[in-house]
Amino acid sequence: MEDMLFYDRVQFAFTITFHYIFPQLTMGLSLMIVYFKWKFLRTELVKYNDAAKFFMKIFAINFTMGVVTGIPMEFQFGTNWAKFSELTGSIIGQTLAMEGMFSFFLESSFLALFIFGEKLMGQKLHFLTGVLVFIGSWASGYLILATNAWMQHPVGYEILDNGKFVLTNFSNLFSNPWLLPAFLHNQVASLLTSAVVVASIGAFYLLRNTHLAHGKLFVKTGVVFGFIASVLLAFPTGDWNAKNVAKYQPAAFAAMEGIFHTEEAGAEIVLVGQPNMVEKKLDNKIAVPNVLSFLTYQKWDKQIPGMDQFDESELPDNIPALYYSYHIMVGLGTIFIAILGFSLFFLWRKKLFTLRPLLWVLLCLVPFPYIANLTGWYVAELGRQPYLVYGLLRTSDGISPTVSSGNTLFTLLGFIALYLLLGLLFLLLVGKTIHGGPQPKKH
Amino acid sequence: MELFWYCIIAIVLAVFFVLDGYDFGTGIIHLFYAKKEEDKVVIAKSAGLFWDANEVWLVVAGGMLFMAFPTYYASVFSGFYLPLIMVLWLIIFRAIGLELRGHFKARMWTSIWDKSFGVSSLLLALFFGIALGNIVRGVNLGGVENNSSVYEAHYFFLPLWNSSFSPKGIHPGVIDWFTIVIGLIAVVTLAIHGANWIVLKTNSSINEQLKNVVFNANLMLLGGTIFSLFIWHNINPQPFSNFINYPWLMIFPVIYLLGIIGLFYVKRFKREASAFICSTAVIVGGISSSLASMFPKILPSTNSINESLTIYNTATGEYGLSVALNWVIIGFILVIGYLIVQKRLLSGKIDHMDYGH
Repeated sequence: MEDMLFYDRVQFAFTITFHYIFPQLTMGLSLMIVYFKWKFLRTELVKYNDAAKFFMKIFAINFTMGVVTGIPMEFQFGTNWAKFSELTGSIIGQTLAMEGMFSFFLESSFLALFIFGEKLMGQKLHFLTGVLVFIGSWASGYLILATNAWMQHPVGYEILDNGKFVLTNFSNLFSNPWLLPAFLHNQVASLLTSAVVVASIGAFYLLRNTHLAHGKLFVKTGVVFGFIASVLLAFPTGDWNAKNVAKYQPAAFAAMEGIFHTEEAGAEIVLVGQPNMVEKKLDNKIAVPNVLSFLTYQKWDKQIPGMDQFDESELPDNIPALYYSYHIMVGLGTIFIAILGFSLFFLWRKKLFTLRPLLWVLLCLVPFPYIANLTGWYVAELGRQPYLVYGLLRTSDGISPTVSSGNTLFTLLGFIALYLLLGLLFLLLVGKTIHGGPQPKKH
Repeated sequence: MELFWYCIIAIVLAVFFVLDGYDFGTGIIHLFYAKKEEDKVVIAKSAGLFWDANEVWLVVAGGMLFMAFPTYYASVFSGFYLPLIMVLWLIIFRAIGLELRGHFKARMWTSIWDKSFGVSSLLLALFFGIALGNIVRGVNLGGVENNSSVYEAHYFFLPLWNSSFSPKGIHPGVIDWFTIVIGLIAVVTLAIHGANWIVLKTNSSINEQLKNVVFNANLMLLGGTIFSLFIWHNINPQPFSNFINYPWLMIFPVIYLLGIIGLFYVKRFKREASAFICSTAVIVGGISSSLASMFPKILPSTNSINESLTIYNTATGEYGLSVALNWVIIGFILVIGYLIVQKRLLSGKIDHMDYGH
């Protein structure tokens, strides 16, 4: 039984991690493509149209990867988490089915038109199809977040005698207090990833001394979008989410902040330190007293319950992983504000395009928003443990009763091999597209 | 309300098999009949432009099944664990085959992705047929051993095959000689459908040859169908009782049969769309006849201890089903709108459309 739970969780974690590399780019990038296309309509400068079409190529590669790695996510609810599906399908099936109906149809229909239809439709309609792709991809994010919000903070349900959750109020799924902050935080984070990708491709061209006009446009747009996104990530969206966790999942809050013991006169904020699960303390801790109480409740001496206040069975089952995920996310978020803020300053002083060290930093920044996005999701998912539906359905009670661990290990190994291949092909194609450059080939 | 959602999901699934079915069929034809590079390019393109929009129907069917019949979704997806995950892998290979071939011109590159597209399309058609065979034949619900259930009554786990490949008895495997026959019928049907699609959407040099292929494959389809009904009659004591009790259900087998008859005229049709409409009738008629023959069961039990899964004992609560009705109607109106826009802009032969890469 323990084995089965372990392999099911590893397989889900692995496949969702790999999957979420792609949508986090496409959601943000679709907005930036709409921006480029809009600028082209306003200014009629052809470099904006080149940018829109160039990033649509990158978008298309990511979209394909997102589709093929996304279908296994929907199916895995049934294959590996059958009990969870049986008990909660009435509710999370709503939002998942709506995602297909309202998002995937829109996205896939109009993506083909955006890619193939520029000459057929004229510029204004082409812009419109771009907007529809953007709406489709954000609708997908919204409905997935609505699904996840219900698992984090269940609302609008009733539990029958046989343990099944049934929906009693549809609109509650969308007025869930967990949903809006999580959605905004997630979308801004996705915008950050795409902005850093745009800026780093621009920096690459400038450093290599090719495609200079486009390179400057990419760096400028990426830095401006990226800086705005990085600030919004911290405040108000990050702050709002942290307060939600403190309010609705206090055990997860204590674990992610690394508070082992309750301090009477206000909680400190931990900057670094390694959780020591044997002695129930942080090793090598650097912390600032009372700041966490202030940030969370705007009161320096507000008491925040530490992990000692909760029963062992209510605490997340992997506290160090949760703690590190959270601190990596927050640490990177702070670094993004600093780097992008510097870049914006030098952009304003008109020195950024020749400041090679900073261009190098922007180029090398590209993996880090991905890491921050993924660790952010780990915080949400590890923090929800040991539950699938917070407080109501334990993770260990959600797995398929008939699938043996040997079968799951077999498919896990298959997914690892297949996704390794997909990852290599993805890098090859994106590399080729970047190498090909944003200017249309002359016939 | 259960009946209503059953019909909606059946329609969505049928649309999936009609639309993505031609992509699978195109892959099968591509694998066996496309020899010249121009033909390979254009045939792959006739599927490559549309596969992702077509696949959405599968995702939507899955989502609706999850929402409306969660017990069924949980039971079937976990019970057919290995074949389902393999279908996911094949879907990935099919997609990357189509998407990657155009990125480099080198022979080694294009030929490996052509094979990836063709072989996985062939296997997907086979697997979907086998899946239909399994659903019709039934499974050992509850995993009954020695007259007692090992699992809860609505769960099961099927091995890929049992020692005798026999569909009889209470311990069938996923692959037996009945489901294999249904799988082969699906391959032939979708190959016909794909060939019709290629003739409709392209000017490939093998269009005339494909009409012969369709004619011959149609003979195999007719033979296979009759053969499968004999086997079916042998396994199941009362296979056609629904059609006898509710004669109007005969409309579904009639649609199937009309499709097959129509396909024999493939070489004389003046409009290229006619043959495609006939193979669409075969797919829709085949799926609806199979479902109608079992109704209201959606997964029969092969043992006498646990009752079959029906639309009534697997559905969710009334409130969820009726509230979802509101958004599904809005959703379908939007989807029809998209299809009209898309049809207007991407209609006709696709040979000279700019592929963008």
